[in-house]
Amino acid sequence: MNTPAGNGRRPYMRSMQGWWRRNTFYVEYMIHEATALFVAAYAVVLLVGLVRLSQGQAAWNAWLAALRSPGSVVFHVLVLAAISYHAWTWFQIMPRTLPPVMLKGKRLSAAAITRSGLAAAAIVTLMVFFLVRGLWA
Amino acid sequence: MARPEMQQDTEMPDSGKTIVMDVLRYRPEQDDRPVLQSYEVPFSDDMSVLQGLQYIKDYLDGSLSFRWSCRMAICGSCGMMINGRPQLACKTFLRDIYPEHVRVEALAHFPIERDLVIVMDDFIEKLESIKPYIIEKQPRPLAEGEYLQTPAERDLYEQFSSCINCMLCYAACPQYGLNPKFLGPGIIALLHRYNLDSRDAGAEQRKPLVNSEDGVYNCTAVGFCSEVCPKLVDPANAVNVNKMEAAKDYFLRLVRPRGGGK
Amino acid sequence: MSINLKRSNAPVFWLLFGAGGMLSALVGPVLVFITGIGVPLGLLLPENTLSYTHVHALAHSWIGALFLFAVVALFFWHAGHRIYHSLHDLGLHPGAGAKLVCYGVPLLATLIAVYALASMGYS
Repeated sequence: MNTPAGNGRRPYMRSMQGWWRRNTFYVEYMIHEATALFVAAYAVVLLVGLVRLSQGQAAWNAWLAALRSPGSVVFHVLVLAAISYHAWTWFQIMPRTLPPVMLKGKRLSAAAITRSGLAAAAIVTLMVFFLVRGLWA
Repeated sequence: MARPEMQQDTEMPDSGKTIVMDVLRYRPEQDDRPVLQSYEVPFSDDMSVLQGLQYIKDYLDGSLSFRWSCRMAICGSCGMMINGRPQLACKTFLRDIYPEHVRVEALAHFPIERDLVIVMDDFIEKLESIKPYIIEKQPRPLAEGEYLQTPAERDLYEQFSSCINCMLCYAACPQYGLNPKFLGPGIIALLHRYNLDSRDAGAEQRKPLVNSEDGVYNCTAVGFCSEVCPKLVDPANAVNVNKMEAAKDYFLRLVRPRGGGK
Repeated sequence: MSINLKRSNAPVFWLLFGAGGMLSALVGPVLVFITGIGVPLGLLLPENTLSYTHVHALAHSWIGALFLFAVVALFFWHAGHRIYHSLHDLGLHPGAGAKLVCYGVPLLATLIAVYALASMGYS
């Protein structure tokens, strides 16, 4: 912005320091953004698993054994909480990110879009769970 | 102290109740940085925060500066931070805050010119840049009559046309605060409004702004812009729908024949 | 202010972020439960659910390999992009170094996943 000197103007720019603490909306945003740390950590666990799988049965079994340690289970409970929160907030934001969804000539409400997303996640969760149980049990 | 009765914007309320208003003052000729100044304001239940400020100016401190015009949430002049949230002072009522103090500050993320008055040059420049008017497909003589538009075509853009340029969404957007080069929520909502209009053919001209490094991808879907909009516009939606449009354009340009756009 | 019209390369990373965000929202919780809690504790799932034979067979099929690849790679891209933006949000002014880590690690992880899956071959 141009502020010619000598006209008495001295616009004051406030700091953004600590902006995320200014209201609960921002705090919630920072928390759901932070779920990425847990997604990243779980992605590392899976990548290691994939590499161990490619190294043969002994390596794979060692990976499985590591997952049975109490520390690992506690860690995965935290990851489950974080990634579930990510899923919840992802579908809360979804109505803001999609173009208007038309159904029978009417625009789907934000709440309906969020519900559809959560329902889809529930269905996928059950499908994967029972597929894994059914196929290999 | 008081100006002649005729010129006063407020009358002396006689309810007997008073509320404390902590107002952020900044007088560039004397203040190094903004400071809060408290005023005890008599109020009645029908008084808005704007009327509280007008009372201060009329009866307590004539040096207080703030912008206002219509008093009915359509001119978009009196946006300010009220207890930390961007709101129109005319649409926020003292009775809803009482007995808490009312903290009134200039809109966040903009430079303060004086007291509650911000510098909006950046917003105006961006507003001009998006060509916020209908760009015809080809020149149309008056004799051809008006454009026809179906209700369905109108529905597409209607909510985005409610924007009153009050800039509350900019004060709600941390990404604008962190990077003032970002085109920002309100301007992108207006850009989207014209792009969606069946009478408009300007989308191609507005595209470089959407696609640019200062464009839509500065948004991280915080969504607070849409929460604070006093006219129920959903700027976050306009921005995020345009991310998809920009992404399509990014990849389609690679398969488009040469010369088919930049 | 002058308006910058330089085209952003963000679409590439934003699409990967979005795809990873959606995939992790849909299958993330159940996968974490299966691999990290259910199987290790024998909770709701038989102990041999993740036996070498089973998982190797999955990775050996086209569809299974594609799923595993998508999950691993997209989770990385999602997280990297979000973390990069969070650094900006925190006012840490992420420079070229942070960018290299936030997008370089996902790229490396993608390549490792491809290598691991390819080395098992397909049926």
